Amino acid sequence: MKSPRSYSRIFILLALLLVVIFFLNVSLGSVTIPFSEVFNALTGGEVSKSSWQYIITDYRLPKALTAVLVGSGLAISGLLMQTLFRNPLAGPFVLGLSSGASLGVAVLILGAGVFGGVLGTWLTSSWSLVIASALGSFLVLLAVLAVTLRVKDTMAILIIGLMFGSVTAAVVAVLSYFSSAEKLQQYVFWSFGSLGNQSWGGIGILSLCTIVGIIIAFISSKSLNALLLGENYARSLGVRMKRTTLVIIITTSILAGAITAFAGPIAFIGLAVPHITRQWITSSDHRILIPAVLLFGSIIMLVCDAVAQLPFSEYTLPINAITSLIGAPVVIWLLVRKRKLFF
Amino acid sequence: MASEKEHIVLEAKALAIGYTSKKQRSVIAEGIQFQFSEGELVGLVGANGIGKSTLLRTLSGMQKALDGDVSILKRPLSSFPPAALATQLSVVLTEAPSSKNLSVTEFISLGRQPHTNWLGRLSEKDREMILWAMEQTDTLEIRERKCFELSDGQMQRVAIARALAQDTPLIILDEPTTHLDLYHRAYILKLLKRLANDTQKTILFSTHEIDLAIQLSDKMIVMTTDSIVVDEPCNLISQGHFTDLFPKDSIFFDEETGSFRVK
Repeated sequence: MKSPRSYSRIFILLALLLVVIFFLNVSLGSVTIPFSEVFNALTGGEVSKSSWQYIITDYRLPKALTAVLVGSGLAISGLLMQTLFRNPLAGPFVLGLSSGASLGVAVLILGAGVFGGVLGTWLTSSWSLVIASALGSFLVLLAVLAVTLRVKDTMAILIIGLMFGSVTAAVVAVLSYFSSAEKLQQYVFWSFGSLGNQSWGGIGILSLCTIVGIIIAFISSKSLNALLLGENYARSLGVRMKRTTLVIIITTSILAGAITAFAGPIAFIGLAVPHITRQWITSSDHRILIPAVLLFGSIIMLVCDAVAQLPFSEYTLPINAITSLIGAPVVIWLLVRKRKLFF
Repeated sequence: MASEKEHIVLEAKALAIGYTSKKQRSVIAEGIQFQFSEGELVGLVGANGIGKSTLLRTLSGMQKALDGDVSILKRPLSSFPPAALATQLSVVLTEAPSSKNLSVTEFISLGRQPHTNWLGRLSEKDREMILWAMEQTDTLEIRERKCFELSDGQMQRVAIARALAQDTPLIILDEPTTHLDLYHRAYILKLLKRLANDTQKTILFSTHEIDLAIQLSDKMIVMTTDSIVVDEPCNLISQGHFTDLFPKDSIFFDEETGSFRVK
């Protein structure tokens, strides 16, 4: 096993790349702002136009930060799920977390018509969306945890998570069938996912959840490494399986739940980034994989966001469509070229 | 022999194994009794489905005993917290590691987990132990390879190296010779014999290679539907215990050669 130190060059390179991409991401947008001005705005220097300063600090910077948090958080939770379920196709959403969030939001938006008037308007404000989707994922999480405590087999948890997903999707479908076109559109827009329009307060909560999740993931690296051998071997090495399973599921839920609450369901980052990372990092050691996946996740999310912005045009594409358009072919390419999807 | 008494590594007293569900318990075998000392190689034989794996799972603490006691180095198995047990007992399972992407070195290094700190950092001693385990099992040349590139024989050697790296007085192996050709079956069992001799570890393995086990084991456990007998192979042969191992319609046990023959 190579020591983490021998990977330091790759990490320095990735960190530099992240800084460059972050800067590029902030520079690109519908309004063209010269690089030097962007640099000044970011470092607190003088900016020639106050509108530029406003665009960068109140719009682009929060959006880029959200992209970093969303990318790293989702990618880490994908890695955790793949190791826990010993399944290369596992991602943060296999537990039904995003379906839970969708259900919460669907009930809020599509059901808001029932309350009508002022209450209805208040209910569909952005903060209540966040709360609804957080509640939705939290409920699904509680259900998954209840199952985890009863069922020993992790594969069963995986299947049950998928079933929760199907049930909530069905409820959403029924709700959509009975709602107005306007409400439906609002729901569809939420499901596109969005990195923009985050308040600094929201980013604060999101970064708290993401950082806590990542720290717990890193602390669990030793057990995660043992899990690579399979459940029985891990047990024989002294890993307390029930506790470890619980910690990993709760961590994933904190990460994926908070991110879905703020940015909507974002596909493929959790599934694809760990696989992309494994193309460069041959180690299976989570002490190396976790920081690497974190960096790759941030970089890829920033790139996806820059593409979604359609630089130099006025249009913004839904971020969820871009991550799927980039993520799905990557997974297919990996399968075709490598014949196997390892984890 | 008084000194040997002090070095009993694995002991079972009136042990009953099997499964319990809510309503009933199904006993697979009971009244199992044995003591194995350090440096002993013990072969466990019996027909398919007789409960060899259940016995090994019970002895390694993966499954609860229905009745009776198992103790490792005079301490009851159930009193070991998981981390402490991992320093006394290592296992080699029939299952391959779930992650085929692990390299041989990574796979073997994971055996050091019970001895490393909270992050799993390998010390100089850990590295020496890993190197030693690789030397013992002839896996040094393949250490850079990934698990999915290994043959069954190589994989088995790597799995044994991992258990060696764990550095425990007791190793339990579940059918280490399945899927292997004749050469590798003999190779693996001879390796276990040498390790038991050289390192004074107690090594317990289940196998279908009865003639090889008779030649190499210090003691054997013979499981049949009626009884479980533990003794030295030559005594077991003279008492005719192998004769009852399988139904007698197509094979018989030849006591002269110590092997089974087709009728």
